[in-house]
Amino acid sequence: MAQYVIIGNGVAAIGCIEGIRKTDTQNTIIVISEEPHPVYCRPLISYYLEGKTDLERMAYRSKDYYKEMNCEVIYGKKAVHIDASAKQVVLDDDTVISYDKLCLATGSYSFVPPMKGLDTVEHKYSFMTLDDTLALESAITKDSKILIVGAGLIGLKCAEGLKDRVAGITVCDLANRVLSSILDFDCAAMVQRHLEENGISFLLEDSVASFDKNTAYMKSGKTVDFDVLVLAVGVRANTALLSETGGEVNRGILINTKMETSVSDIYAAGDCTEGEDISCNDKRVLALLPNAYMQGNCAGINMAGGSCVFGKAIPMNSIGFFGLHIMTAGSYYPSDEGGELYEEQSQGVLKRFFTRNGYLTGFILIGDTSRAGIYTSLIRERIPLDSIDFETLKKTATSTVFSSEKRKHFFGGVV
Amino acid sequence: MKRIYVNEEWCLGCHLCEYNCAFANSGKKDMITALKGKPIYPRIHIEENDKICYAVSCRHCMDPICIKSCIAGAISKTDGVVHIDQYKCVGCLTCVLVCPYGALAPNENGIMQKCELCLENTCGEPACVKGCPNNAIVYEERSE
Ligand SMILES: Cc1cc2nc3c(=O)[nH]c(=O)nc-3n(C[C@H](O)[C@H](O)[C@H](O)COP(=O)(O)OP(=O)(O)OC[C@H]3O[C@@H](n4cnc5c(N)ncnc54)[C@H](O)[C@@H]3O)c2cc1C
Ligand code: SF4
Ligand code: SF4
Repeated sequence: MAQYVIIGNGVAAIGCIEGIRKTDTQNTIIVISEEPHPVYCRPLISYYLEGKTDLERMAYRSKDYYKEMNCEVIYGKKAVHIDASAKQVVLDDDTVISYDKLCLATGSYSFVPPMKGLDTVEHKYSFMTLDDTLALESAITKDSKILIVGAGLIGLKCAEGLKDRVAGITVCDLANRVLSSILDFDCAAMVQRHLEENGISFLLEDSVASFDKNTAYMKSGKTVDFDVLVLAVGVRANTALLSETGGEVNRGILINTKMETSVSDIYAAGDCTEGEDISCNDKRVLALLPNAYMQGNCAGINMAGGSCVFGKAIPMNSIGFFGLHIMTAGSYYPSDEGGELYEEQSQGVLKRFFTRNGYLTGFILIGDTSRAGIYTSLIRERIPLDSIDFETLKKTATSTVFSSEKRKHFFGGVV
Repeated sequence: MKRIYVNEEWCLGCHLCEYNCAFANSGKKDMITALKGKPIYPRIHIEENDKICYAVSCRHCMDPICIKSCIAGAISKTDGVVHIDQYKCVGCLTCVLVCPYGALAPNENGIMQKCELCLENTCGEPACVKGCPNNAIVYEERSE
């Protein structure tokens, strides 16, 4: 009898369970979950603070899910060691669990660089987990002043979630713009303006030199008084379990398109991995929910003896702040690397398309995101732009640009 | 299973399907009170250029990428029909970002909606198909 073990209980783990159960409904699946909760929708923690969802709706799967999937979940325990030659996982209470196939779905952790005086700050939180969120919620009042370090996706989503529940929010970042990993300067400026109009204050190109209790002394000489501090500087993949066994890791656990790591019978999926990004033909950590599910699912199918290749991973993001929707995908090449940029602008709308060698490699859409999946499919499917009417597409996302055979297949066939 | 299919060459571009869809999903008994003078948010829409036009609605894909991508676990599939739990949806539009067919769009409150084949409303079968004057959309079994 084979035994599957999954370390982690996030969306990648669920993809893995569902991948295994496509073919193998019998053999045991053991899930090791450091967090003491059934799987929940991590991206919804800011929507929870905002009151747009609640704990019940945040469940990613139904109450009876693990039972229906014939899984045993070990809650509140952490895997601390893998013995790859004995094919065993050791937990923090010394329990030893044997595996035939193992999947690492360990996600990422909030990275906090050393900051002077941080230990003097009483109310400081990360914003990664449900427990972080509940702790943060219990620390705020309607009079709280919040300082968020990090103007990335997590920091800004936290700001949006807290906005109507506190007195004021300041976000600082070393970068010269918000969402620097997915937006270029002009797009970031547009988003920043919108956030400022909605009451968020920014200190960009600035960082905390030191903390003294409820005061942050910035490098620029400014000071910020706050009641609650949120640390959202960045995330790092949880790779240690594999690197300690001699497996290959870079910024994430290295995987191939079957989700195999360099160690036999050990797979990995989700935020803890670094896999091929086809928009740049390079390996990247793609810390996004859709990729976590699809990678997990692919790993699960292969663990159960099936055959799956997931070779279409790209970064892609859909985020909204106070009613303004932003979508980004792929890679943006500068002109000295052969990239070309097309722009469409109108009132409240900015769209940028990045192409190279006759392919769409990336896009940024602000304000008009209708049918954006058509653009995403051009990147994922590597559709040559000379085979379609790209001029029309730049103005509006429409499937009319495809050939009549393709449209027949899309809308007259089973897809 | 039965799905909605398009006969592109027969579409007149009359947009009746959009109105029939909006009405079928309005929960109202009378089309005038349901639609008159209001912006409509149908779950089917006409794509057109100067040569062609056709109606686009959810394909109820065999392996739907929207389900895998939904950040709220709000999309599921039962007996082949892909369904959005609007109570769980938070309107993040990730499904719009991934659907290759441009088949979803939010409702007037920013919550996601798409064609669910009129199985959940009182119509019981696709209202767009029933009302199409030229058989440009059909509801039938086709082989996979
Ligand atoms: C605030 C916020 C907003 C986000 N918004 C979006 C969004 O809008 N769209 C989007 O696509 N993505 C978003 N993301 C990212 C998305 O949540 C992640 O990509 C996704 O959750 C990754 O899933 P995962 O299963 O790989 O990892 P995780 O969900 O991180 O799960 C990993 C689990 O493994 C556990 N674990 C780790 N090590 C061990 C161990 N040794 N033993 C046992 N258990 C262990 C961890 O405790 C954790 O519970 C957001 C993330 C955050 C924090
Ligand atoms: S919404 Fe799009 S991806 Fe999802 S089932 Fe319908 S056509 Fe397929
Ligand atoms: S808009 Fe709603 S249905 Fe679509 S991905 Fe977001 S939460 Fe899911």
